[in-house]
Amino acid sequence: MLKSKDLLGLKQLSAEEINEIITTAEMMKMVLDTNNKKTSHLQGRSVVTLFYENSTRTRLSFELASKYMGSVSANISTSGSSVNKGESLLDTARTIDMMATDIIIMRHNQSGAPHFIAPHLKSSVVNAGDGMNEHPTQALLDMFTMKSSFGKIEGLKVAICGDIFHSRVARSNVIGLTKLGAEVSLFGPPTMLPMGIEKMGCKVAGSVHEAVEGADVVMGLRVQLERQNQSLFPTVSEYANFYSITQDVLKLANKNAIVLHPGPCNHGVELPTVVYDSPQSLINEQVKNGVAIRMAILYMLMARRNQQ
Amino acid sequence: MKTIIRNAKVMNEDNLSDFYISDGLISAPFSDTADIEFDVMGASLFPGLIDAHCHLREPGYEYKEDIESGTRSAVRGGYTSVCPMPNTSPVCDSPAIVQSIMKIASQKASCNVFPIGAASKGLKGLELSEIGLMKQAGIVAVSDDGLPIKTAAQLRKVMEYASYFDIPVLNHCEDISLAEGAMNEGALATSMGLRGIPELAENIMISRDVLIAEYLNLPIHICHVSTRKGVEIIRDAKRRGVKVTAETCPHYFTLTESACEGYNTYAKMNPPLRTETDRQSIIEGIADSTIDIIVTDHAPHHEDEKILEFSLALNGIIGFETAFSLGYTYLVKPGHVELGRFIDAMTKRPSDILKLNRGTLDIGAPADIVCFDLEHEYKFDARNVLSKSKNTPFDGYDLFGRCILTIVGGKLSYEELC
Repeated sequence: MLKSKDLLGLKQLSAEEINEIITTAEMMKMVLDTNNKKTSHLQGRSVVTLFYENSTRTRLSFELASKYMGSVSANISTSGSSVNKGESLLDTARTIDMMATDIIIMRHNQSGAPHFIAPHLKSSVVNAGDGMNEHPTQALLDMFTMKSSFGKIEGLKVAICGDIFHSRVARSNVIGLTKLGAEVSLFGPPTMLPMGIEKMGCKVAGSVHEAVEGADVVMGLRVQLERQNQSLFPTVSEYANFYSITQDVLKLANKNAIVLHPGPCNHGVELPTVVYDSPQSLINEQVKNGVAIRMAILYMLMARRNQQ
Repeated sequence: MKTIIRNAKVMNEDNLSDFYISDGLISAPFSDTADIEFDVMGASLFPGLIDAHCHLREPGYEYKEDIESGTRSAVRGGYTSVCPMPNTSPVCDSPAIVQSIMKIASQKASCNVFPIGAASKGLKGLELSEIGLMKQAGIVAVSDDGLPIKTAAQLRKVMEYASYFDIPVLNHCEDISLAEGAMNEGALATSMGLRGIPELAENIMISRDVLIAEYLNLPIHICHVSTRKGVEIIRDAKRRGVKVTAETCPHYFTLTESACEGYNTYAKMNPPLRTETDRQSIIEGIADSTIDIIVTDHAPHHEDEKILEFSLALNGIIGFETAFSLGYTYLVKPGHVELGRFIDAMTKRPSDILKLNRGTLDIGAPADIVCFDLEHEYKFDARNVLSKSKNTPFDGYDLFGRCILTIVGGKLSYEELC
């Protein structure tokens, strides 16, 4: 049972809650593997996705998850809504709340945006990514994928490489993985490593080789090429030369190591296509696990609502 | 007109005495009957507080505050003189705007208003404003507050030009190329996913300003110091004889960045709240007079500008009605700063820096007087402030030192005697 009505981040979840979500997702994944992808857990309930930023995987997986479980679902994006007329986030959220919505799934470009609206609403708020803060459902599906491969999280060595500074995926993974006893090593160009990140309980490696050496899990992060005007690195080819997870780099990892990436991937930048398509890569499996983890979260939040 | 304040502890001396005011000035004891008498029943009497850095928002932002509401809030906090910064709309960068502020103040203000003029036209940091003409109209200092005087060349020009008019230059120290953030840079900002403003941004600018002041042998005043390094740079400069003075605000000696947790926008300000080490250094800086004065940086904002996503919320908090109590409760009562030094930092020193000829109880000085019941403990309630805005992180704080009487130029401005 989740303690809070909202899922704002892994900061707010205990290790027990994270484990329970993953265990629930294992069951939900079985539903996905049948030819009758239908449960009644959300019947008569409503789920709205409110996305202030672009998304393919997160949004679609939440939408399918809620539909597979029988809910009424709707979505709003900023273009075509009153957000374009200048409506404030709080007013928009209250408007959705008043339409008898049970769960609002929100992605927003400002860190803390879901934390800001949640106390004002009756609906449960799920953070689908807030600024540079957290992307809890992504980290949960990553941990679910790791557990499926290794049977446990505790003791795993996880390397996360790339633009740590802007990455909410990295932050949520560091928080979640350290809560479950994994060892996390980060690496990226020094301009992309935020000050004090090691205080979150992870290590900062001196090179991509050092980070990946002996790792069970190697995760690439998307380089936000649209932010390159900030000049955090000079050129894509220089990035690929020094920071990419190449086949050679991957040889330093454990024999059974898996490769993850939250997507979308810039092929040849974070990692070459040959790594993306290698048997070690579970990048496509992550997508499927994403639907299962989101079904699990919706299920557990609704179970809590049913008790209230 | 004659006034007597009875049973006061003048400058918190042990014995009770009577304090005399005649025709707006502090007077020697007289035997005539007074027109008005106040019995403050053992409260402590000090010179009226002087705030060298605040925002009254008029003209242009009257929905946040205006001269009338701002000064009503000020006198309730014990202030008898306040110096509003020029970032109004239009910017206070011409004698006409200064005159209009002075005129509104003469009609509606509860205390003295000494405006600060813009150092550059439109606060743009490019062209000098009419510093001389603005001084004639009533300004007591120049500043581009809210923004630093960006280039070293421009600051040099402002300091040289202002020196002819004997006008202090106050600089907001921040290298804005380093300061694209929402809170103090460090582990907490990183874990909250917020861009940080490094202390380096402030320290670099303080160093630059101190070096320019030393080179020119001209005075510079550093606004709202918030960092340990900043205090050290100023302390070293003073030892070398540089004409540098500095201020800080109550939030920098009471709060740290952890107040931002939970995306609390009432803890969002610029410079940002720093770390415990910085907070301790600020206290030491006040105690040893490295930091000369305490100002409020009273920055009223409408709730629609504060109840927002953290990065989108505006910077700043109100301060008139909490400044004295916070200083008394957090500096004086625990023994970090002597009462005399604290009062000096709130009265005489700001008057000296801005050349106001106030902040004293000398006979013949303007009768700007305040009485505090120092041992009165109360729970601060933001809803009850007289400012139009309620943006304060101190709501619900238990504080000592209640203002019970404020007299400005011999006239009653605020009274809470029971």
